[in-house]
Amino acid sequence: MSQAPVLELRGIDKSFGPVQVLHDVAFSVYPGEVTALVGDNGAGKSTLVKCIGGIHPMDSGEYFFEGEKVHVNGPRDAAAMGVEIVYQDLALCDNLDIVQNMFLGRERKSGLVLDEDTMEEMAAKTLAGLSVRTVKSLRQHVSSLSGGQRQTVAIAKAVLWNSKVVILDEPTAALGVAQTAQVLELVRRLADNGLAVVLISHNMNDVFAVSDRIAALYLGRMAAQVKTSEVTHSQIVELITAGRSGELGLPTGNGASA
Amino acid sequence: MTTTTSPAKTSAPAIGSQVRDYFERVRGGDLGALPAVIGLVVLCVVFASLSPSFLSPINFANLFTQGAGVTIIAMGLVFVLLLGEIDLSAGFASGVCAAVMAVLLTNEGWPWYTAVLASMVTGVLIGLVLGALVAKLGIPSFVVTLAAFLAFQGVALILLDEGTNVSIRDETILAIANSNLSPLLGWVLLVAGVLLYAGIQLTQARRRTSRGLMADSMAVIAVRVGALAVIAGFAVYVLNLERSRNPAIISLTGVPIVVPVILVLLIVWTFVLRRTAYGRHVYAVGGNAEAARRAGINVDRIRISAFVICSFMASIGGIVAASRANSVDPNTGGSTVLLFAVGAAVIGGTSLFGGKGRVLDALLGGAVVAVVINGMGLMGYSASVKYIVTGAVLLLSAGVDALSRKRASSSGRR
Repeated sequence: MSQAPVLELRGIDKSFGPVQVLHDVAFSVYPGEVTALVGDNGAGKSTLVKCIGGIHPMDSGEYFFEGEKVHVNGPRDAAAMGVEIVYQDLALCDNLDIVQNMFLGRERKSGLVLDEDTMEEMAAKTLAGLSVRTVKSLRQHVSSLSGGQRQTVAIAKAVLWNSKVVILDEPTAALGVAQTAQVLELVRRLADNGLAVVLISHNMNDVFAVSDRIAALYLGRMAAQVKTSEVTHSQIVELITAGRSGELGLPTGNGASA
Repeated sequence: MTTTTSPAKTSAPAIGSQVRDYFERVRGGDLGALPAVIGLVVLCVVFASLSPSFLSPINFANLFTQGAGVTIIAMGLVFVLLLGEIDLSAGFASGVCAAVMAVLLTNEGWPWYTAVLASMVTGVLIGLVLGALVAKLGIPSFVVTLAAFLAFQGVALILLDEGTNVSIRDETILAIANSNLSPLLGWVLLVAGVLLYAGIQLTQARRRTSRGLMADSMAVIAVRVGALAVIAGFAVYVLNLERSRNPAIISLTGVPIVVPVILVLLIVWTFVLRRTAYGRHVYAVGGNAEAARRAGINVDRIRISAFVICSFMASIGGIVAASRANSVDPNTGGSTVLLFAVGAAVIGGTSLFGGKGRVLDALLGGAVVAVVINGMGLMGYSASVKYIVTGAVLLLSAGVDALSRKRASSSGRR
């Protein structure tokens, strides 16, 4: 299971003006695994993800993708490498249907005309590959979908492009129990298909249900990156709230003083 | 070559289920063109019962030439409305473009094609300026185009020497709204149009079936093609009737030339909106600009282009209006033109909130507007009544739009 990481960050620093948000953060993501990224509000989860996605430039640090050092200067660079981020607001157009949303901005064309048939086929294949059977028709408008179905479409949109790393920002935050289970099942399936999945979540149950590794951020520092099977609920909660737990975590007196 | 897909996917939906789906959509607040069709029927019945001359062939032909300018402007407005923006200056933009054409044609003696080209270029430039102010500077389109609404009245006055009436004597320009196709050509175009539509529908259905995708059933296609053939056939038949008061002196038959002009514009812009990536991006920006931006769509460019298309179409609308009036004066494109054009788009089912609408909406709404203008004219109402009715029509259509949107959001369709 533990091969070389597909994506690896070393020594990331990031400041917004006088506020340093990330301190010397290291982060690795492995193919075929779900890596949960946890941390309290303001710990720097979103900033770290946006640095990975190329939305924020990093102040310093190294970015390795498939073992090679890369420079990501914008969202397009990240997308070109195969890094896709599904944001919490999903970024779907309600007035377009499922196929149209999945191909938005990357439409298949034959000449000048949109190749609707090929797009519909590819969308159907992708959804079938994720074992999604809850949508009635691919030509449904997204406005008529449930929250879980929307999340599914957003995830399918991210994996349509042979992406290698999919980052999910709180995919279950707004969902009910049944839909959460569906989405978590989908997250697990993505990893089983060989993708590297990063799951941002506040919900420890979700984290322990699907993740293989857990990375805990504390006040802009990476407190620990551990295997899920080797830690307990309460250890992770301690890492999130205090930055350390037993031998795990930041050395005493370092985290909070920053 | 049927692929192995589940039976539910390959079998075409029956007419019954399509009809059920439609009613479900309407109940859910997605009214589409329903208000326009109902409005059209009700208005026709009312005016026909109040004024017998409403149903005469000559009046039927008048409907087309009266509504043409407003309908063309409304087609352009659909693009701006799809983005959730508004262009209040489209009426006077059409006036300015018409004035440019009239001055070049009559005062400068240019040939008609260069004068028309200059008028269209004027429209494109107006759109570029308006769009850039909205997209790049971020001034609300409402304010930009309200300012332009005022300024263009001044520009029209300058072009027309502080308010003279420039008459148009060019045969070609006058023909647009005043001449007709020969009856035979009308029938030929009708048959060609219906066959083309049927051909496109059939090849599309066959291609999708062969690839195992859900396609429309033959019955649904037959109903659509049949409806088009009957409605268009009836229109061509009536327009080909003799409508001259004294046929011995001058015969007046055939489809007005402006009708095929509108149909070509309808087909071109419908193709752009529904079949090209550009059109898809227009809908995306109107539905969720932030999602469109993250998908790598240049939102500013889409915004500017929509204003360009709108003002370009306004220039064509202005040319048609000038052709119909045989002249251009400072009030061309003024008074109720803009409100009728916005009303036409919205009555047809284009939402003022963006993301929803078709070019066909402008045509259907334009027909309603034409019937209102025409009917009120026949009844001999005073200007006061016409203004009040104009305001009421616009308010009613915007009200229907807002209510259906509210309904749609409560039924989870939006």
